Amino acid sequence: MKHAHPITLNEPGRVELLMGNEAIARGALEAGVRVAAAYPGNPSSEIIETLAKAADPARLHVQWSVNEKVALEVAAGASFFGLRALAAMKQNGLNVAYDFLTNLNLSGTGGGLVLIVCDDPGGISSSNEQDTRYMARLTDIPLLEVAGFEDARDMIPYAFDLSEAIGSVVMVRSVTRISHGRGPVRYGPLPEISGTPRFVPGTTFVPFPILTKHQKRHDAIKRLERDFSDAPFNTYTGPDTPDLIIVTSGIGYLFSQESLDLLNLNGRVGIARLGTTWPLPEKWLSDILAKSQRFLVVEEIDPFLEGNLNEFIGRHPSLQRGKRVFGRQTGHIPDVGGLTPEHPLAALKTLLDIPYKTRPDSYETLVESESAGLVIERALGFCPGCPHRASFWSIKNALAKDGRGGVVTGDIGCYAMSMWPSGYQVAKTLQAMGSGAGVAAGMGVLGPMGKTQPVVAVCGDSTFFHAAIPALINARFNASNFVMIIVDNSATAMTGFQPHPGTGMTCMGQPVDPVEISDICHSLGVDVTILDPFNLEETEETILAALREKGIQVLIFKHMCALIEFKKAGRHYVMRVDSKKCIGEACGCDRYCTRVFRCPGLIWDPISGKARIDEAICTGCGVCADICPENAITREEA
Amino acid sequence: MSGFKLPYNLIIAGVGGQGNVLISQLIARVFIRKGFTAVVGETYGVSQRGGSVMSHVRISRERVSAPIIPKGHGDLILGLEPMESLRILRDFGNPGIFTLTNTRPVEPIDVISGNLAYPDLPAIMRAIETLSNQAWFVPASKLALEMGNSLFTNMIMVGALIGAGKLPLTEQNFVDILHQYMPDKTFEDNLAAIRKGIAAIEKTSVEKR
Repeated sequence: MKHAHPITLNEPGRVELLMGNEAIARGALEAGVRVAAAYPGNPSSEIIETLAKAADPARLHVQWSVNEKVALEVAAGASFFGLRALAAMKQNGLNVAYDFLTNLNLSGTGGGLVLIVCDDPGGISSSNEQDTRYMARLTDIPLLEVAGFEDARDMIPYAFDLSEAIGSVVMVRSVTRISHGRGPVRYGPLPEISGTPRFVPGTTFVPFPILTKHQKRHDAIKRLERDFSDAPFNTYTGPDTPDLIIVTSGIGYLFSQESLDLLNLNGRVGIARLGTTWPLPEKWLSDILAKSQRFLVVEEIDPFLEGNLNEFIGRHPSLQRGKRVFGRQTGHIPDVGGLTPEHPLAALKTLLDIPYKTRPDSYETLVESESAGLVIERALGFCPGCPHRASFWSIKNALAKDGRGGVVTGDIGCYAMSMWPSGYQVAKTLQAMGSGAGVAAGMGVLGPMGKTQPVVAVCGDSTFFHAAIPALINARFNASNFVMIIVDNSATAMTGFQPHPGTGMTCMGQPVDPVEISDICHSLGVDVTILDPFNLEETEETILAALREKGIQVLIFKHMCALIEFKKAGRHYVMRVDSKKCIGEACGCDRYCTRVFRCPGLIWDPISGKARIDEAICTGCGVCADICPENAITREEA
Repeated sequence: MSGFKLPYNLIIAGVGGQGNVLISQLIARVFIRKGFTAVVGETYGVSQRGGSVMSHVRISRERVSAPIIPKGHGDLILGLEPMESLRILRDFGNPGIFTLTNTRPVEPIDVISGNLAYPDLPAIMRAIETLSNQAWFVPASKLALEMGNSLFTNMIMVGALIGAGKLPLTEQNFVDILHQYMPDKTFEDNLAAIRKGIAAIEKTSVEKR
């Protein structure tokens, strides 16, 4: 987008359509944040990308850190120097940062320090589903939950003030539907940025003495039980004596409102929206509980609020008579997964015995009869021109030729799709960032026990920097044996092509010397081969040779992400299928090119019975020219 | 401007890489500039990799709607791919819904590999007609390729949305928004694509009720 990014405009009252993550970034700018750090991970990545547009080394430092733990440490460093700082991450990222967080809570903070965690209910763009709110409670830090787009902006300055008031990191939790949704946000003013970072002599940020510091955290949480009753983010709307109250947080709030509108229940049911979900606001919640006997908790993902509400009622005998709490634990909302508007709708229908039909039966019947068999699923696959397709093609073929039943450990990134047909189902394990290398290091020491299957770890470039390096060092130290293939596409592609230490550019646009993956590997004294996976024959032979070697063989498959390359350079080749050479169904290949290679840009034309390039999709990478046994696929320089 | 009730629930259906997200933002911004409230919800993440993508655009006055439309409550589908339009109709359709769809299929990977066949296109179009109050079929990909790049498909469908006349949208609304939010060098092409879409819709309307 062209002009100054609208996020940087100091125009109080201006209304912009902002993504939830952009609204969080705007809130941070309005709070005067000075340092922001993160590792990319959906649904959190846009917070840093947006702040980067406002970055200025003298006023606001923004960085992609090598991983989430380092990101939180970087933010803490700034906080210890008296500055406001934030770190942003997805749920898995908090696991990486958690070791640091569970000491930072005791050591305390200087300038306001806000930890933003974006959970991904349903695991839409994740390897797991995880409710991180428990981790705030476990760490004795306050938890705020964003419930809308305007909220996302408002809550961040509040979180910074709160952090400074209690001398602790504050966690703000968003979810995919807010972080990746868009809504109107009204700007507040941007502050003048001033102040020199200074570490106050005599201060310390250490967890000792542990019990004193632990007690201090508990005291702060106790205080907040009282103070949160006045927090602006806890609201009640509805009648004074409702039949039922929906207790909700996050996106559950907007879905609950929608349900009441659809069922015409605004006169019967109230909504208690909590912005401060840990600790619970004592007086405010007691008042809510006094209004009704029945409560439906609408939240993502686990019954965090529901469990805490039950516990709260248990601690208050005066509130106990006849109170019922419904939610995920009672089966009124499914046990797992993100919310949709249908969830509170269905729960309300059951609890209040309301007949409600979305559309006439006649239309339902029509949908069934008219669309039967006409809608098929779309499996995920590598993009047209993706170098990973070529890499896994060669890995698959090399393992088949090797013939010893080699095992491939997978990792986190676009190439995780290698466990599915698009990557020829090559990868057999998948866990956390960098785990492919660690797991391979474990497999690779089993030789003396009689293991005969070779092991291949596949890891992306950004993942390598994030978490694979310690595993590789460990493997070298403990004399493990495996082939480590680093599929280097020069970007953190899965999350939107963010730069990393190997790309030579920071998120603030400063050129830096790239950290070469090969240099790191060389320094460990392991063999390193670099090649272009688009050279299919050379790639396959190199893998095959490496499988037969002892020790650790690092192969770096270097080719830029097709989406970036296409944006930068356009098509390299114009691809065609020569309809004279392609003998179609008559060829013994049994549609080898489309059946096995599975590129969206190369399709089978049922009318001619031959392969054809889909010119609307092909990016002109040229690889498929090498796979046709009849050489019917041609490439010409574009 | 018949049928413009609030909140108005518009769904943009397509496949990863078709520029679905971009046009949902442009449409929402046009309405915000007109003084409405608009929210956008998207299903994406790994969608760039060939999956189905839908964006929900909800237009209201003042009160912010949830960024996801409840099932069965769509008012208009702007489909960038025919099977995706039908997929959305199944879940969000109702007797009053309007559907505009591009006619060119994007084959799923399992069709390319030969595991599945792409469903019969004329049957998909008949089903779309039957399940919609009114349906329009626009050869947007074909028009985009005539312009030299399939990436214009989404803007041609924006033109079709203007041309269908179900929402208070004009070419000028988008001129302003393109100037503000899109790179200058793409302006003329995007505007030409929108105009092609407006012109195309005049020939394609299928009246039903």
